[in-house]
Amino acid sequence: MSLRIVVTVKYVPDATGDRHFAEDLTVDRDDVDGLLSELDEYAVEQALQIADEADDAEITVLTVGPEDAKDALRKALSMGADKAVHVEDDDLHGTDIVGTSLVLAKAIEKAGFDLVVCGMASTDGTAGVVPALLAERLGVPQVTLLSEVSVEDGVVKGRRDGDTASEQVEASLPAVVSVTDQSGEARYPSFKGIMAAKKKPVESWDLSDLGLEADEVGLAGAWTVVDAAAERPARSAGTIVKDEGEGGKQLAEFLAGQKFI
Amino acid sequence: MAEVLVYVDHVDGAVRKPTLELLTLARRLGEPVALALGAGAADTAAALAEHGATRVLTHDAAEYADYLVVPKVDALQAAYEAVSPAAVLVPSSAEGKEIAARLAVRVGSGVITDATDLQAGEQGPVATQSAFAASFTTTSRVAKGTPVITVKPNSAPVESAPAAGTVEALAVSFSEQATGTKVTARTPRASTGRPDLTEAAIVVSGGRGVNGAENFGIIEALADSLGAAVGASRAAVDAGWYPHSNQVGQTGKSVSPQLYIANGISGAIQHRAGMQTSKTIVAVNKDAEAPIFDLVDYGVVGDLFDVVPQLTEEVNTRKG
Repeated sequence: MSLRIVVTVKYVPDATGDRHFAEDLTVDRDDVDGLLSELDEYAVEQALQIADEADDAEITVLTVGPEDAKDALRKALSMGADKAVHVEDDDLHGTDIVGTSLVLAKAIEKAGFDLVVCGMASTDGTAGVVPALLAERLGVPQVTLLSEVSVEDGVVKGRRDGDTASEQVEASLPAVVSVTDQSGEARYPSFKGIMAAKKKPVESWDLSDLGLEADEVGLAGAWTVVDAAAERPARSAGTIVKDEGEGGKQLAEFLAGQKFI
Repeated sequence: MAEVLVYVDHVDGAVRKPTLELLTLARRLGEPVALALGAGAADTAAALAEHGATRVLTHDAAEYADYLVVPKVDALQAAYEAVSPAAVLVPSSAEGKEIAARLAVRVGSGVITDATDLQAGEQGPVATQSAFAASFTTTSRVAKGTPVITVKPNSAPVESAPAAGTVEALAVSFSEQATGTKVTARTPRASTGRPDLTEAAIVVSGGRGVNGAENFGIIEALADSLGAAVGASRAAVDAGWYPHSNQVGQTGKSVSPQLYIANGISGAIQHRAGMQTSKTIVAVNKDAEAPIFDLVDYGVVGDLFDVVPQLTEEVNTRKG
């Protein structure tokens, strides 16, 4: 029986660009380039490796986002995912984390899954809670923050490196997994992969396809409200000295002046 | 006065500092009621009472150690239902965020993660957060349900505020999902004797310029002279020179110490995301053009192999 893997990915503003907020305090996506969240590349990579080890597996890559988010899907398809689903609806603008997990869970259920693979966090919001929320909503085990993962005989196993301990964890499928940036370098799409991706199916679903109402998502339906966003004031220029043999002592003098020593 | 539920992070009864900070913030919103789970839960009561907990709910069961996250969510939900709090505060560890988020969905509430400050507002708690690699500061609140908020370490002072801290056993019945993810083995992280990275007042970090695992000794020596934690940039971690658990940056830990000393770190946006809210920033780097120098209060353009040992020696001399 085929192992159905869904990889959730996010199209995020490029962190090296000039990111800021739009007037409605949502992320301004117009003035900065977007790309597939780097941390989701690790999820795609681990899904591909799990699929390679399975007798028969199919990888669906899923995103919720505006029109351009298709770029993130194309990247994942060019890495080797089989097909893609794009949830796109004007009413989704401004959806918060709780809302996003609702939309993703509905789409994952509609797509059908044995295993959901997520990145540990998005590189823009960085909350890192969507995988746990998907497990909660789907009613399946969460096997999150893995730096190593494998699937065998319907059981997913992995290593979770926490602050105080490293744990070996396991759960029966279906399950939701998230992987860290320690799980293994993501592959670059090959030219062949890029060409093949152009022919792979990308389905578009809107809220009605998922049985959701507009007021359950979007800015108006959000569970949280951003009231203000202010640019952090630039730091005033610090003192910079060139080491001419006394650099360490000069630094010590500064630290002593600041009462650190 | 409304009660505020505080989830306690502790190790065998020793309460970790971020939880004590949470109690300071909780008191701005109401009367703190603490929830401590697992082995040693009842031993947390004295420290929690000393810092303002009016009640300490406790529960121990093998499930907390044997299965991932969900048993703790079940217990937090049981406490939530018993207390009917005005807000729920949880430390922003990776696990804390997962627990908080799952509770929020269960009780139909919004969740705010990684708050760096919290104030009482007319429409409920107002949370400060950093956005876009800490280049923006936002204020947010939960609009639906009971606010569930996770708070980063170093977001509030630890203050003594003695309260009753009455210990009460909480009744918890585990959900079917509680035993879904089994922990089959656990290897405690070897203690370095240094302060925890996210809690430390001073962090000394090394990056690409350290140029090898064997050279991290000079970073550690400086850290030890200052009683600091050791951090590493992603480049140093990816090269295998230092453990991932010490990585500072967007995909590692975010730190906000009183003093951050970056050695051989260029200061890419991903690293800045994890450290630029530090109060005082110092850098040592050979490259005068390194972007880290845009952030510093004091920078030394020079070879870290010359500057860092000299600094360490000077610190040790001044201390002696």
